[in-house]
Amino acid sequence: MESTYQSMRTFADSWGLLYMFVIFVIAVLWTFRPGSKKHSEDAARIPFKED
Amino acid sequence: MRYATPAIVCGLATLIAFMAVGFGQDDLFRAHMWVLVLVMGLATIVLMRRVQFAPAGKVFAKIEIDQSAYMDDVIRYGVIATTFWGVVGFLVGVVAASQLAWPVLNIEPWLNFGRLRPVHTSAVIFAFGGNALICTAFYVVQRTCRARLWGGNLAWFVFWGYQLFIVMAATGYLLGITQSKEYAEPEWYVDLWLTVVWVAFLLVFLGTLVKRKEPHIYVANWFFLSFIVTVAMLHLVNGLSMPVSLLGSKSYSAFSGVQDALTQWWYGHNAVGFFLTAGFLGMMYYFVPKQANRPVYSYRLSIIHFWGLIFLYIWAGPHHLHYTALPDWAQTLGMVFSIMLWMPSWGGMINGLMTLSGAWDKVRTDPILRMMVISLAFYGMSTFEGPMMSIKTVNSLSHYTDWTIGHVHSGALGWNGMITFGALYYLVPKLWGRTRLYSMRMVNWHFWLATLGIVVYAAVMWVSGITQGLMWREYDPQGYLVYSFAESIAAMHPYYVMRVFGGVLYLAGGLIMAFNIFMTINGKLRDEVPLGDSAPMSGELKAAGPAE
Repeated sequence: MESTYQSMRTFADSWGLLYMFVIFVIAVLWTFRPGSKKHSEDAARIPFKED
Repeated sequence: MRYATPAIVCGLATLIAFMAVGFGQDDLFRAHMWVLVLVMGLATIVLMRRVQFAPAGKVFAKIEIDQSAYMDDVIRYGVIATTFWGVVGFLVGVVAASQLAWPVLNIEPWLNFGRLRPVHTSAVIFAFGGNALICTAFYVVQRTCRARLWGGNLAWFVFWGYQLFIVMAATGYLLGITQSKEYAEPEWYVDLWLTVVWVAFLLVFLGTLVKRKEPHIYVANWFFLSFIVTVAMLHLVNGLSMPVSLLGSKSYSAFSGVQDALTQWWYGHNAVGFFLTAGFLGMMYYFVPKQANRPVYSYRLSIIHFWGLIFLYIWAGPHHLHYTALPDWAQTLGMVFSIMLWMPSWGGMINGLMTLSGAWDKVRTDPILRMMVISLAFYGMSTFEGPMMSIKTVNSLSHYTDWTIGHVHSGALGWNGMITFGALYYLVPKLWGRTRLYSMRMVNWHFWLATLGIVVYAAVMWVSGITQGLMWREYDPQGYLVYSFAESIAAMHPYYVMRVFGGVLYLAGGLIMAFNIFMTINGKLRDEVPLGDSAPMSGELKAAGPAE
């Protein structure tokens, strides 16, 4: 039991943490990719297309 | 014709509930099943009366439903249910607050504080907040996807199934049926029913997203979807339990000891994070731009703070278990993530408030927009207070005291309540095709009553909570505690009375809203001077003043 717990938490606070962090960084970078400004300005107007 | 199937299903459910009464293993379960027999029986009668019976050989013309139009009937019901449960929840809150101030009001056994408190919390969070989230999610997803709700009558099942969940949960609490998990008190069979309803909700929402005509999924729907998915996950894991009997009201949690506590607060804090934050941010990202008639300040900020909230919130739960048997590293993890949460939370607040930049004058004349602005202000304040309270040294003073209660209420009454009121005031004239609300001046009254109520409540709870915390930790030079616990309770009395006053103000605002919505639905318009017209402009004052 001890080793199962230890191996899982070691995995979680190393590779698991890195995995989550990398995905977050990619999401942020993707948001600021070149040309995204125009796209996001269009998206912000979606609620005004109908009533 | 279309009522025949639900009538048969409800009739069968009544029969099954009746058999559960007969075979029930304990008194509480039998009593609870009697409630179910009553509710399902009434539903059957109402549905039966609507069934059309065609004479032999004849078929009534099928009522054609315009499949290109939005499905708004279920949203109208949702608006009414939100208003109704809101008033009920606020009222039970005032009663529970009065019971703390005057213990004689505890009417044993059904209406004592221990049973009424979960009725209050579930009524305001799940009945008022939940109905508001379901109906605004249905409204927003249709408008921003330009598609009718998917699944036909499945949306009706979600609405009525959710109301049944609320009734079964609340009557269970009053009977004394509880699994003693905060914000997750209903026992296993009610939990299972909620799971069915929630999956249907997810299907309707996802189905509508899939058949959308708008290529991009608007950010409000991201928040709504994350709310639906995460709440499903939290509910399933926290609800894992083993019933004593398939026809009994008692179950035991799959977890024990500190694991159970951590699972509970992983659930509890993410209910705050995804039910009361992400879901209501979805509301904010549609109704604030619409009411201000301006697109959101920064769409890219909304995406960034969305991912920030998603990645951080899920780890913040352990801050509810500082200085307990939970390992130190887990407590510190909860604290650090709670502090980091400050940034994405304020990202949302800033984005909402800055949407008004260049249109701030509207706040003077539009009380609906003002309600949305104050809700964002309270969101900012409580998401600053929360991270601060999660710091261990602050928590050693604030934990278990009324400060926590004050914090929760500044968030719930201020942020969740006010943004919901704003959304309801926006929705009612639109959904019922009225030119405007019955009275804008009543919205103004509601605004000030609610704001004053929250300020009174939060300020009183700060004083009372810090007093409590300081009294509990006061040692004399010999190392003895200076105050007994009972003395700290006696010191709270004046604050508890003041809290009742704050709650009454908030309830009064809610009643005014209910009246205003009722009159608007009935097509009445109050003859009144428009807001902002009565105050003379500064230029006019100057012109009217004596010449120098």
